[in-house]
Amino acid sequence: MAPSAEATVEPIQPPPTPPTDRPLHTLPAPFTDSNLTVLAQGAEALVYKTVFLTPNTPCVVKYRPPKPYRHPTLDRRLTKARILAEARVLVRCKKEGVSVPGVLGADWDEGWLALEWVEGKTVRRVLDGWAERITALQREGKKTEEETEDEAMLGLMRRVGRVVGRLHEIGVCHGDLTTSNLMLKPPERADTSRTPDHTSDSLEGEVTLIDFGLATQSTRAMQEEERAVDLYVLERAFAATHPAAEPLFQEVLKSYGESFKGARLTLRRLEDVRLRGRKRSMLG
Amino acid sequence: MAKVRTFRLPHYDAYPIQVAMFKDVKNAAFLRSQLLAANPEFDYAFLDATMILTPQHLLLATFQALHNSRTSRLKARTAHSELVFRLHPNNNIGESYRTFGISDSTTRLLAVKLSLTPDVTSESVSRHLGEVVEGESVEIGEAGEELGGWADEGKIRKVYKLNGNGNGKTGVVKNGQARDERKEMESVILGMMTVKGS
Repeated sequence: MAPSAEATVEPIQPPPTPPTDRPLHTLPAPFTDSNLTVLAQGAEALVYKTVFLTPNTPCVVKYRPPKPYRHPTLDRRLTKARILAEARVLVRCKKEGVSVPGVLGADWDEGWLALEWVEGKTVRRVLDGWAERITALQREGKKTEEETEDEAMLGLMRRVGRVVGRLHEIGVCHGDLTTSNLMLKPPERADTSRTPDHTSDSLEGEVTLIDFGLATQSTRAMQEEERAVDLYVLERAFAATHPAAEPLFQEVLKSYGESFKGARLTLRRLEDVRLRGRKRSMLG
Repeated sequence: MAKVRTFRLPHYDAYPIQVAMFKDVKNAAFLRSQLLAANPEFDYAFLDATMILTPQHLLLATFQALHNSRTSRLKARTAHSELVFRLHPNNNIGESYRTFGISDSTTRLLAVKLSLTPDVTSESVSRHLGEVVEGESVEIGEAGEELGGWADEGKIRKVYKLNGNGNGKTGVVKNGQARDERKEMESVILGMMTVKGS
């Protein structure tokens, strides 16, 4: 042991975290003075919650701030193209009856897109809660309760499979199909006086797809591949939640396979994707 | 005096919107001629009330007109003609006026006035419309539910090329409860109005 050597090596210090209390961007018109709080931040966009058109229409504003590292002209073109692509796919899905948030407004010169607010929680959170309960039940050895849990969960999985199948049927691939981009929208109650109960463990409700920022309306040749990759990404998201969630995914695939003509081909393609991963060989 | 309801769009609180509804209008031809003559006194968006599906439908067009006016990007000559223009899915102002604007035979009328300057108030609009519109003024509730009350869904579907009952195909994802048909239609229309002109 050489204590002198230890002393010369300086420990690596993480860089100080930047202050987060002030907004990183000024919001575009007309939200500039609205003082909104960020819900989420991705690589390209910031997501805010606010109201739009009427004081009781909640909405999500997805803002793509200008990127200082890009040439301004290119930046404007890319921002416009990406906002429009997302809006067009969403309108297409709405028209075809796929459950997605509606487009409420946009300004591609300013860089924002306003979308309908989706109530409920993500399938990711539902799965996490379910995995916790299952573990607890198994520990106590209550077999029957575990089975009823499973039946409700399998029902949810079938709905997930159907909604993804319907999306693919109309020629749209999501591009980032994870359990966090699937929402479980609780059924609207007759008495509007009661606000939706976010803490409930109910598995009832409509499965709604969100975040179409990477979605494509693909050409026929690419479709099968992209569909299979969508399913593969979703499969990995399931596997990452809990080991018990993997059998659940089989139910998703089963109802997906029955949901439209051509789904079988996609499932066969999924086998290939599993072997090689999400990225395609450059020789292909 | 006409009954006027003032709306305020979130994020544009400084520019109130005055809306009045009339039924049994008898002088639509006169009002239209004033629009065509570009009489500054008649700078309104006069709309065929049967072409407005829901309050949000009208409010999105209003928002777009106001937003484009405030950011100096109007496609039409005035903010009020922009409002009419924004309602139509195509990029043709004349067609927008023929479909959504007042015609000589209009009896159910919607008049929208943006308060872009402080002298345009609910009172001034109410007084002026009360004088010039020969028709029965209809009260609009606070949330504006009445705005879609006269909607002719068939005609609106045709303009936005929406085929009946959402879509007739089998295998429609209906994993929730019964859908609110009009709400779905509204959502598609708002989306179409948003991506228009791109």
